[in-house]
Amino acid sequence: MTALAAPPIARGLGRLNPSAKLGAAVVVMVGLLVTADPVTPSLVLAAELAALPLARVPARTVAALAWPLPLAAVGVAVANLVASSAEPAVTAGISLRLIAIALPGVLVFASTDPVDLCDSLVQQLRVPARFAYGALAAFRLLPLLRQEWLTIRRARRARGIDAGRSPLGGLRLFGSSVYALLVAAIRRGTRLALAMDSRGFDSRTPRTAARRQVVTAADWALLAAAMAVVGAANGVAVAVGAWHPLLG
Amino acid sequence: MTAAVEAVGWGWRHAGRRGWALRRLDLVVEEGERVLLLGPSGAGKSTLLAGLSGLLHAPEAGDEEGRLLVGGRPAADVAGHAGLVFQDPSSYLVMGRVGDEVAFGLENRAVPPEEIWPTVAEALATVDLGYPLHHPTDRLSGGEQQRLAIADVVAARPRLWLLDEPTANLDPDGADLVRATLRQLLATSAATLVLVEHRVGLLLDLIDRVVVLEPGGAVAADGPPAEVFVGGGPTLRQAGVWVPGPPPPRFAPPRPPGPPVVAGEALTVAYPGASRPALADVDITAYAGQALAVTGPNGSGKTTLGLVLASLLRPTSGAVRFLAGGPPGEFARWRPRQLVRWVGTVFQEPEHQFVASTVADELAVGPRRAGMSEEASGRRVAELLERLALRPLAKANPFTLSGGEKRRLSVATALATDPALLVLDEPTFGQDARTWGEMAALLAEQRDAGRALVIATHDEELVDAVADRTVRLESGRVLAGVDPPGTSGTDGTGRRARRRPPAAPVGDQPTAAGR
Repeated sequence: MTALAAPPIARGLGRLNPSAKLGAAVVVMVGLLVTADPVTPSLVLAAELAALPLARVPARTVAALAWPLPLAAVGVAVANLVASSAEPAVTAGISLRLIAIALPGVLVFASTDPVDLCDSLVQQLRVPARFAYGALAAFRLLPLLRQEWLTIRRARRARGIDAGRSPLGGLRLFGSSVYALLVAAIRRGTRLALAMDSRGFDSRTPRTAARRQVVTAADWALLAAAMAVVGAANGVAVAVGAWHPLLG
Repeated sequence: MTAAVEAVGWGWRHAGRRGWALRRLDLVVEEGERVLLLGPSGAGKSTLLAGLSGLLHAPEAGDEEGRLLVGGRPAADVAGHAGLVFQDPSSYLVMGRVGDEVAFGLENRAVPPEEIWPTVAEALATVDLGYPLHHPTDRLSGGEQQRLAIADVVAARPRLWLLDEPTANLDPDGADLVRATLRQLLATSAATLVLVEHRVGLLLDLIDRVVVLEPGGAVAADGPPAEVFVGGGPTLRQAGVWVPGPPPPRFAPPRPPGPPVVAGEALTVAYPGASRPALADVDITAYAGQALAVTGPNGSGKTTLGLVLASLLRPTSGAVRFLAGGPPGEFARWRPRQLVRWVGTVFQEPEHQFVASTVADELAVGPRRAGMSEEASGRRVAELLERLALRPLAKANPFTLSGGEKRRLSVATALATDPALLVLDEPTFGQDARTWGEMAALLAEQRDAGRALVIATHDEELVDAVADRTVRLESGRVLAGVDPPGTSGTDGTGRRARRRPPAAPVGDQPTAAGR
């Protein structure tokens, strides 16, 4: 039945269960946060890049989301080399780890529909529906708030109010606009909460799920693969004598 | 048989408020009755609907007295069992996709999963919304969104329908379709209906009983429509209730219009990411002493055109010129304090333009920014407080005013600097019959004082009452209008064209041909 409600793009990572994808990303993160050596993240990153084609996430999407990563990695490396007495190897390890942890996150984000994610969080991870769908609905308000912000700024121009030349005036104008936006956001949030309650979201009766999220063998395989990769990478690092714990 | 709705001495006071929204209400609605709930602004109609839909939970949300029963059970215990349709669908849709939106209510009612999608499809077909289930809800027009909201209710099959001004926010065409949908649904259903609607004429055939509330909650009149409207018509109108009847009188202009005040040439506005420009190649001129109505469906570019003419939005291409004075330099780049002296803008939501903490200060903002002396601006404020009947509210916080008062204040702030051009976006939205009449009279008065008025609206009665010229937009283009005079087609709406001949040029300027 899900096929009825979902847009017809589901392949590669897009076919997998959102909670499983999230789980795999967390496995990678934990597996890389235990060690400070450069070998483990290098191996994990190599495995991630090798598996990238399997994800079937359009290269353009990955590029659009992930372009700040190399910059951040270089920035971290430079800052570390300049400001601390860390060895270059450790610094490289930190930068590589940043990328190796963030890349799975980017892929999960790019291949997961927010509604599917909420469904899965509720169905597989038992996240309270009130929290998950409340957050989802609130997320939908963001573009509306952007519109409100523009209107508020225009209304101030119409009233003859500008920052003038002083930075203080600019700050005051910004402050009063932010206040007006806050009022608008609360009003919209209240309306949305009313709408959800009026449709029975408040009642304490159990809900059913229109869109079933299932966990398949492929999802377990993804989790197993993530564990195997970080396990093997850590093992190799230990074997070559590079591994050392982050804390301690 | 248990009554569908029973209120026994019911009252509700919202948390943090001193006054009761509604008090000592006694009302019985039998199963299957179709009730129109009327009353002036502030009579507690929306509070009653919220109570009936189980949204008011004492003591967290406020204080309750008496009893309010739905199907014999306390309303607060049966939350979600009545179907409620709100006024502004865009702020009340929960999910991002059409199918998920309808499914949401069914999930909440724990409908078995295998029944959900067939029910969704059926509900969408009932309201004639033929989009795929994954169609984004924010790409629907206002009328379509409202039909989707109705589909939500249809799917839930409630025994009590609650409609809170379901067409108030829609353009005339969208509203017609929504009414047709409701008509068809109610004809084939045994559900009880409680409807709140200001402009009641067009929905009268759905109703078999009218209940009029007084401010405070007492029932002022109760009976079949013919009886209530014929017997109490004038009194009701006085109290602000819209009563079906002849259209309001037209405020004909006393003399031909003056020179052009603002002129836009080949105006095009393209918002980033939009599939088509919001405005495309629009030529328009507003003249002193003349009210120009800009009409058209939701999303046709009315608001955008108003923003451009008020120099609040720079067109992507094309130019706006202000011809009635003002500082040198391009109009689109005037400083705010220069602009406020010459142009007054009234936004659709008055709250957007309030910046001060009292009504008197709010009125003084414009004159001060425009560089008026403290003494002169004080005089101006006193004059406006008097003329717009805001004197008793001078010390009140603008945000605490009623809907009608807020609207009046927002117009007053725009008038404070005595501008040559007044741009208004849906100035009559949400007004009751009394405040509507006051607004129409005020606009006519401003026009007669020699200001150029640009009014973006889909209130056809307002257009009939005060507009001298109409430009109709559709998808960002001028569909019909008389602007510039003599060059483009006939008068805007067919309805107006029937009533009076299109404006004809007199000398170099158009004039309004009165009825």
